[in-house]
Amino acid sequence: MVTTTPAARVRRRAPAPPSGTERRRRLVALAMLAPVLAGLAVFFVYPLLASVVYSFTRYNQLQSPEFVGLLNYRFLFTKDPQIGVAALNTLWFVVILVPVRIVTAVAVAGLLSRARSAAGFWRTLFYLPSLVPSVASVVAFVFLFNPGTGPVNQLLRLIGIEGPLWFNDPSWSKISLVVLGVWVMGDLMIIFLAALLDVPKELYEAASLDGAGGPRQFRHITLPTISPVLGFAAVTGVIAALQYFTEAAVASAVASGKATVGGGTAASLGYPGTSLLTYTEVLYVRGFASFQFGYASAMAVVLFVITAVLLVLTIRRVSVFRAKGISS
Amino acid sequence: MAHRTTPRWLAAAVAATVIISGCADKTSAGPAGKAPDHLAGTVSLWHFFNGKNAGVIKAAVAGFEQKYPDATVEIHDGQDDEKLQKAISAGQPIDVGISYSTAIVGSFCSSGAFQDLASYIKRDNVSLDDIPAAVRDYTQYDGKRCTLPVLADTTALLYNKAALAAAGITTPPKTLDELETVGLKLTSYNPDGSIKQLGFNPLVDFYENAPGHWAPMIDGPWLSEDGTTSRIGTSPAWKALIQWQKAYVDKIGYAKLKTFTSGLGQEFSADNAFQKGKVLMEIDGEWRAGYARDQAPTLKYGVAPSPVLPAFGKYGASSITGNVAGIGKGAKNPELAWALLKYLSTDTDVQVLMGNGLKNIPTLQSALASPKLEASPEYKVFIDSAKDPNTKTTPATKDGASYLTTFLTFWSRYQQNGGDLDQQLKKLDEDIDNAIALAGP
Repeated sequence: MVTTTPAARVRRRAPAPPSGTERRRRLVALAMLAPVLAGLAVFFVYPLLASVVYSFTRYNQLQSPEFVGLLNYRFLFTKDPQIGVAALNTLWFVVILVPVRIVTAVAVAGLLSRARSAAGFWRTLFYLPSLVPSVASVVAFVFLFNPGTGPVNQLLRLIGIEGPLWFNDPSWSKISLVVLGVWVMGDLMIIFLAALLDVPKELYEAASLDGAGGPRQFRHITLPTISPVLGFAAVTGVIAALQYFTEAAVASAVASGKATVGGGTAASLGYPGTSLLTYTEVLYVRGFASFQFGYASAMAVVLFVITAVLLVLTIRRVSVFRAKGISS
Repeated sequence: MAHRTTPRWLAAAVAATVIISGCADKTSAGPAGKAPDHLAGTVSLWHFFNGKNAGVIKAAVAGFEQKYPDATVEIHDGQDDEKLQKAISAGQPIDVGISYSTAIVGSFCSSGAFQDLASYIKRDNVSLDDIPAAVRDYTQYDGKRCTLPVLADTTALLYNKAALAAAGITTPPKTLDELETVGLKLTSYNPDGSIKQLGFNPLVDFYENAPGHWAPMIDGPWLSEDGTTSRIGTSPAWKALIQWQKAYVDKIGYAKLKTFTSGLGQEFSADNAFQKGKVLMEIDGEWRAGYARDQAPTLKYGVAPSPVLPAFGKYGASSITGNVAGIGKGAKNPELAWALLKYLSTDTDVQVLMGNGLKNIPTLQSALASPKLEASPEYKVFIDSAKDPNTKTTPATKDGASYLTTFLTFWSRYQQNGGDLDQQLKKLDEDIDNAIALAGP
């Protein structure tokens, strides 16, 4: 990074007005950026501002919003019986699912980067599950882990283990979704693999000559080198976990035995019990089943703030792995 | 309580947002003073039915198009309530929408998602006396009639005739004690102790087991007269039913029941546990007759009214809810929409046609009494329960009757974990009251 001393800043002259050519260049740049800026304004800035405004109203999308002050926020923080459970469930996915997926993806990528034969086959094999649509993979998993008829528990019974209820037990339902999350970690694995293959071999050779073993090489060479990718995986993983919806909703519908078309999606959310009820599911139910868009907006604003805070913390935490002296 | 002044910046922001989003409240102009002599044009019909059932609606609509040759009905099937609400609020010109849930009546009537039908009904002198009282009740909210019924659902006890006969049981249970005795007698186990066949599944979140469908067992109250306060937690009837259910679950074992239940087929599939003979008695709706006819034609089953707790319940009564239909806000062709709605809701033959096809309960007394209605002895039990004077519905609220979900969530947790029931019922009431307050007056 280039820095300037105060003296240098004092000596710097006020910028000259742009010449005609410069102005044209800026206009062209602005014109080329315009579609993106318009998209950001319409699809991000306006909805964000509208959500903030609606969060102070009672609003059902059909009548004019009615200003209710902080009522929605008071209800959210003090009276909503679902929020505490949903927030904890969501936090569970952030704290458990995201790291487990990252660690597994790094481990698998590490093994694949050393594969000497049939590397393409193994890479394809581990990547393939991530191509399965999430609804299909959840349905398949609920079938596989069906405690009564699924092959997983039948295999466990063969070796004398009575398997858990998996997606039908509040204590195991989230773990079952983590198992699913690990199975579909191919999307992460492939970028970690690319990052690992990019680590200069000479660094490992030099470290070996200096007597560094595998763990120290991983700590001091591999981790700092792949830290930008780790940061990317952590940031996108945390965002996805905070918005965790599809997998939990489909698992609840299928495991409850009430999956139906035309019956609405809100009925079975959270099953078993409230163990799979996530923050975004409550938001969805409030908005589209209870028609309380004002309250749903308040929930969205709170989620936005929490996401922003968690992202800052995540980015700072991941930067710890970066090698000292390297700046970006 | 003194009202605080709205901050200017916020009021301006609300106004600006409303203007930009174009969601300001629009009121319908209402019908013309006289019904048009000639109806023509296209009218859209949104409904939630799929597959074969959608074909029944199509057949009913064909009659409308024959009656009005210059009218065309554009059918959108597979559209549930959530899609309906989204479409209406997004300005989609839905002329007639059919919802599967009476829970939406409160929100759709109060928000204007469905138009007030009072002026159409008055202008055309449509008598609603042919509609049973409980059905008239659940199709309006707070004195505003924004929907008309298009068939109803009632619930009853379905039992496997062969299994009961093999166990020497000649009459289906009429009380909850009898239900438990018969249910436990019919339950058989595998050598490893797991359930092989279940007499009756007491888990409250199994298939159609739900507070709304179990309410007739104890004639359970729901909300206060003004709809703002829960009456569930303070009701000795509900407490007695919950205690009976929990004791039944504990006799078999929650984990054992859950393992068995999770291995059963989906409710609305050919693998349905009752149709497959894995569960021998269940509380279900009249629609099961249609599914059983198509998916398990060899199944011999009987139907009886829901068993009751004699101290509270009234044997023969049922819970009744059903499909409701209304004219969407912003309907492009409201006169044609009203004609279609009137045709589907108040024409006896059309109700019979749909009742026979869908195996739902017609919502006209004349259709219920019609000789054209194909009423098997099993289906007749549902019809009789629909006519029962003690049959009740679940009250509508502005937030889509979310109290039913709150109640089910509480009960599901209690059946697994138990605990202090009185304290949990008190908390349940508080939660329901708070949610109703949030939705506003």
